[in-house]
Amino acid sequence: MRVGLVIPCYIDVFYPEVGIATLEVLEKLGIEVEYPFDQTCCGQPMANSGCESDARATEELFIRNFSPFEYIVIPSGSCTHHIRNKFIAAPPSPERDHIQSHVYDLVEFRHDVVQVKEFPWATFPHKVALHTSCSAIRGLFMQSMSERVHDQKFSKPKDLLQSVRGIDFVDFERPDECCGFGGTFSVTEEAVAAKMGYDKLDFIGRTGADYIVSSDMSCLIHLQGCARRLQKNVKFLHLAQILNGDHE
Amino acid sequence: MSAVDQAKNAAKFIEDKAHEAPFDELIWMLRQKRDQAASQVPEWEQLRDLASAIKEHTLSNLAHYLEMFEASVQRNGSTVHWARDGHEHNQIVYDILKSKSADTLIKSKSMLTEECDTRPFLESRGIKVTETDLGERIQQLDDEPPTHIVGPAFQKTPEDVAALFARVYGSDPGNADAVYLAHVMREHTRPLITEAKAGMTGANFAVAETGAVVTVTNEGNADLSGNTPKLRICSVGIEKIVPKNEHLAVFIRLLTRSATGMPITQYTSHFRAPREGGEMHVVLVDNGRSDRLGMEKFWPSLKCIRCGACMNTCPVYRRSGGLSYGSTYMGPIGIIMMPTFDVRRYSELPFSSTLNGSCSNVCPVKINIHEQIYAWRSVMDEKHQTKFPKKEAMIVAGRLLSHPEAYRVATQSAETALKVLPRFAIYNHFNAWGRHREVPAPANETFHDWYRKHRPR
Repeated sequence: MRVGLVIPCYIDVFYPEVGIATLEVLEKLGIEVEYPFDQTCCGQPMANSGCESDARATEELFIRNFSPFEYIVIPSGSCTHHIRNKFIAAPPSPERDHIQSHVYDLVEFRHDVVQVKEFPWATFPHKVALHTSCSAIRGLFMQSMSERVHDQKFSKPKDLLQSVRGIDFVDFERPDECCGFGGTFSVTEEAVAAKMGYDKLDFIGRTGADYIVSSDMSCLIHLQGCARRLQKNVKFLHLAQILNGDHE
Repeated sequence: MSAVDQAKNAAKFIEDKAHEAPFDELIWMLRQKRDQAASQVPEWEQLRDLASAIKEHTLSNLAHYLEMFEASVQRNGSTVHWARDGHEHNQIVYDILKSKSADTLIKSKSMLTEECDTRPFLESRGIKVTETDLGERIQQLDDEPPTHIVGPAFQKTPEDVAALFARVYGSDPGNADAVYLAHVMREHTRPLITEAKAGMTGANFAVAETGAVVTVTNEGNADLSGNTPKLRICSVGIEKIVPKNEHLAVFIRLLTRSATGMPITQYTSHFRAPREGGEMHVVLVDNGRSDRLGMEKFWPSLKCIRCGACMNTCPVYRRSGGLSYGSTYMGPIGIIMMPTFDVRRYSELPFSSTLNGSCSNVCPVKINIHEQIYAWRSVMDEKHQTKFPKKEAMIVAGRLLSHPEAYRVATQSAETALKVLPRFAIYNHFNAWGRHREVPAPANETFHDWYRKHRPR
């Protein structure tokens, strides 16, 4: 099995440790993981702004970088959702089809593809608020949706984290309300974005959680920025960092 | 007219802490009540599928059902009028009133008449118009458009209403008790209802087979408005048609549960014929609907039954307030409908969304709302309606992100990375990210460089 690893731009520059944890948590499966050096971005920032033509060259580059791989894995539901469901700036091709049907978020890859959900090396004896992104929930169906009241309740990220020793999940209000990041929305509509972030922190804060954990770092950049401004002590980790046993 | 700056309006609303928090809580409570109501109906998802299919069928055969409806209305002894747009609608209504020398009109809540600006049109021609829905009347007295399509005055606190009634009616400004306030309104509005020469209703549905105009209300004000005066006018958007009563039943089960979590409202009224000795006129209004029906991506918004569930679940709407959209319809459904009326004026609305998808999940007629919001964004780009700094940033980002060498140079050091990477974040002359949030600190070494060192090939 040959896996191409995508490291989103914001993880590359701001949170390299999340990229390393993702790489290692995949390598621990004993599979061949490769990070193509020419990668940049999936094109989502441009496409989400409606500027599809400006996304085209970036999406074409992505296709060149990743079409040789059997699986493409990303530690981000947001990027995965874009590539799987909205990757239309580049013209249709067998390579594009291959990428769209073989791209997985890290959680999906561990949970659904290789189906190895044990992390015997990991311990995390802390109170954790799990925040799953809207792209992961309503784009990738990684978790049941609060609006679909008759569906069976499930959460793939929680399934994975649950096998980590000592982890203690807290329940908080409006668990799947958007945190306010929303890509370029976080800037074009910064006041609303920040208010949504503040409210999310407030709901989580009432539970006494020590950590906010997510499989999407983009939500966490936003929430962390809000928390620092509000001088809140809550800490932030990507799910890969816990699964890899980086923190205890 | 320049584009509505929803973001700026929303920022102002958020600063108004006395209103933002209660509004968010009130509207979120409606979403929770909707969840509870839906959970008590095991076949909820089947009902949504069915409702969507009925609407799609009806819209696909709209001419047929409209003609069937027209024939039914005529058979029941009423008159049908056809209005191409809002102006024609208003003129028809005015001409009917004038022909009967009716200078006072009571009306129930109707988003269609908001869309057509009917009230100002009639008032400027000497007709005294009285809204009979409590929320709509509050907004009328305060000279403010509706802030929510189901509860026009949801953005006002009871204290706001007490102050307004004190100003207009001289009631006790210190008494914000809902029952007291409702009585104040009742006392002042009832005489206007009994004296009015004409009454007007909108329509939640229009049943083709029976010719009934159906309204769904709690206050019974549509019945008072439609039945008290001898002259009744019903304004109906052409997309409100359902084929038969059996189809109507599906929507009645979904509408109020989706809107407020109630299984049904106090009144579901079928206006089928003029009252004894009276007249009934039905005005069928297009106002851009048939154009929208021809839009490949955007016609499904015509399925909307105006329950407001998408607004109630929308985290952006709840924190922005209804007025921030500067439009008749607001929230997610407003975002996808309003550009069909005026693409320039509402060019920024599709960006007032995080694309979280909750709206599509609660929609009782399964409109793919968030996908349409996404699609509208590219329409704005194609029509060159994207704001300059944003478009410029996207061109720069698109160039940089498609050239790995240039991109690596840009992200090599913390200083350059911060300049380039959140290019999407800091494209304005001011730092929009940093106004309410800290900017993340770039790491000493990128993942890219770490990988090169630790996984040499």
